[in-house]
Amino acid sequence: MADFAIVTAIVLTVITAATPLLLAGIGELVAERAGVLNLGLEGMMAVGAVGGFAGAALTGSTTVGIVSAGLAGLLLAVPFAFLVINLAANQVATGLALTLLGLGASAMFGESFIGKPGLKLPALDIPGLTSIPVVGRIVFGQDALVYISFLLVAAISWFLFRTRAGLMLRAVGDSHDSAHNLGIPVYAVRWAAVLFGGCCAGLGGGYLSLAYTPLWTENMTAGRGWIALALVVFASWLPWRLVVGAYLFGAVAILGFHAQGLGVRVSSQFISMLPYLATIAVLVVISRNKLVLRANTPACLGRPFVPAR
Amino acid sequence: MRLDLVPRPEPSGRMALLSPVIATVLTLAIGAALFLVLGVDPARGLYVYFVEPLTAGWSLVELVVKAAPLALIAVGLALCFRANVWNIGAEGQFTIGAVCGSAIPVLLPDWQSPAVLPLMLLLGLLGGALYGAVPAVLKNRFGASEILTSLMLTYVALLLLDWLVRGPWRDPGSYNFPESVLFSSAATMPVMGEGSRLHWGVLFAPLAALLAYLRLGTSVQGFAIKVTGAAPRAARFSGFSGGAVTLGVFVVSGALAGLAGIVEVAGTIGQLRPTISPGYGFAAIIVAFVGRLHPLGILVAALLLALTYLGGEGAQVTLGLSANVTRLFQGLLLVILLGCDTLIAYRIRFERRGRPAAGEASRG
Repeated sequence: MADFAIVTAIVLTVITAATPLLLAGIGELVAERAGVLNLGLEGMMAVGAVGGFAGAALTGSTTVGIVSAGLAGLLLAVPFAFLVINLAANQVATGLALTLLGLGASAMFGESFIGKPGLKLPALDIPGLTSIPVVGRIVFGQDALVYISFLLVAAISWFLFRTRAGLMLRAVGDSHDSAHNLGIPVYAVRWAAVLFGGCCAGLGGGYLSLAYTPLWTENMTAGRGWIALALVVFASWLPWRLVVGAYLFGAVAILGFHAQGLGVRVSSQFISMLPYLATIAVLVVISRNKLVLRANTPACLGRPFVPAR
Repeated sequence: MRLDLVPRPEPSGRMALLSPVIATVLTLAIGAALFLVLGVDPARGLYVYFVEPLTAGWSLVELVVKAAPLALIAVGLALCFRANVWNIGAEGQFTIGAVCGSAIPVLLPDWQSPAVLPLMLLLGLLGGALYGAVPAVLKNRFGASEILTSLMLTYVALLLLDWLVRGPWRDPGSYNFPESVLFSSAATMPVMGEGSRLHWGVLFAPLAALLAYLRLGTSVQGFAIKVTGAAPRAARFSGFSGGAVTLGVFVVSGALAGLAGIVEVAGTIGQLRPTISPGYGFAAIIVAFVGRLHPLGILVAALLLALTYLGGEGAQVTLGLSANVTRLFQGLLLVILLGCDTLIAYRIRFERRGRPAAGEASRG
């Protein structure tokens, strides 16, 4: 039974490490499928984290926390969308700027929350089911955002490949000129995709301050936005592969700490390096396989659209 | 109402220069509004932030000391951005440069020789260059995005520094404070006047800017950088290798960031600590864009960004404002600037939905 307990503990921590990556990644995947590369993920997660914490702490409701986390990310995506869509600004530079802005804004608005206790998202508890050994706690004992992350992946997968609107979105990302000529509103589709991405990134950030560690600390996103960006490449823009990537990364991030717990003597700094080094390794491996990448990369990714007249 | 972008026949040089001015003014306006929200008199807030640091001798010195690393890093980044290569890991290259150069005073604290300081600078330069080469090699060899790899390496570098100053490189006499030994005088940048904080290391920035300016304008490598960025296909047809340019600009910008790092610890700080930079590597990205990716423009832009750091410190003391307001200002400035930059390539026209604009035919 002790072994079961350890396995359960490991799986539970992997879920908490993977969920923010999955949430932010699925939003970015949709934005990139529409042709917009938003490098501001890290900034949107940061404002989501502080927005979620503030919403929950001020109202005493974690539901409000979830909503305000999503809204904060969405709000920060608005200037980005305006710049790169309507003003045809350089997406790489603007995304970087958004990250700097988001980290600065979150640090400033979050200052009054440093050291305050936060609210933790309640976990599901179904009598009879949640108490099943190992599986019960893992499948029926998670918080709302974990279930939302999987629902989002399923919904996006269905939307992108099974609906007409999803086809239109992919068309905008693959050839904005053709899409425009077919009468698809390129700007509107991209706006929607970017705002959705911002909302998801905000939720991912909110997960950090509402579930991962229910408190606010500066720089608590710690590069997760960038890792999520790498995961979208790893997933070659396919929603279900994103789940694999996020959980693989959650495992890498967590296994180091469990190894330390089991008596492997490594400095904590080297264990903290693991996810970043793993990201580099994954990028190298996935980028070598150019055929797979080319098949799924949105052809207009990163290119601004200015209608010809 | 609809906003339309009308391409200009040629990029507007005037707008390229006006855009940073407009962006600065807009940032100040938003800053004033922000002060109002925070309960600070806007006029007084802006004065403390952007004027007061210019009124005292010591703060002018401090301005130069802070602008120097920003400019040094940004000159290298401008070369990258011009070549359409995205090095955003300058903070990491800065850190590795500082660590490599500090190896001498930390591991050989008793070595007193005029060779110590030049050797430290050289090690800093080399360390930064090698660390900068990694994303370039991964990009050229495997096609991995340099944006993501250079940033990931920044986190790795910061953790390495943290481990060093808390572990093997901690000063045994520091009462468990995470810091290295204080560098001896042989390992410290000489200052320009007795007791001044103005050290000779600040001169590396204008020197690098001048060299970059001359090389960009007159050398084949400079031409290769510009062509690769502006028209990669044309560059390939003219026989320039995109991979060589990527590696070149990464090595140069890494070296400059590394130099900035070792100068910062040997000149301004005097030892290694867990945090040796208030985000210079990221702020330098803003400096590069505000300076129009032009080495000489960058010198001016670096002073502007240094002013926000300094004003932030002043506002913290006299107005009780958070130092994070500075980061917000810096981010805002870049966002607004990039928006204004649209005016370089396009004219903006507002028109009512569904009605063709007047004068469409005459424009042809």
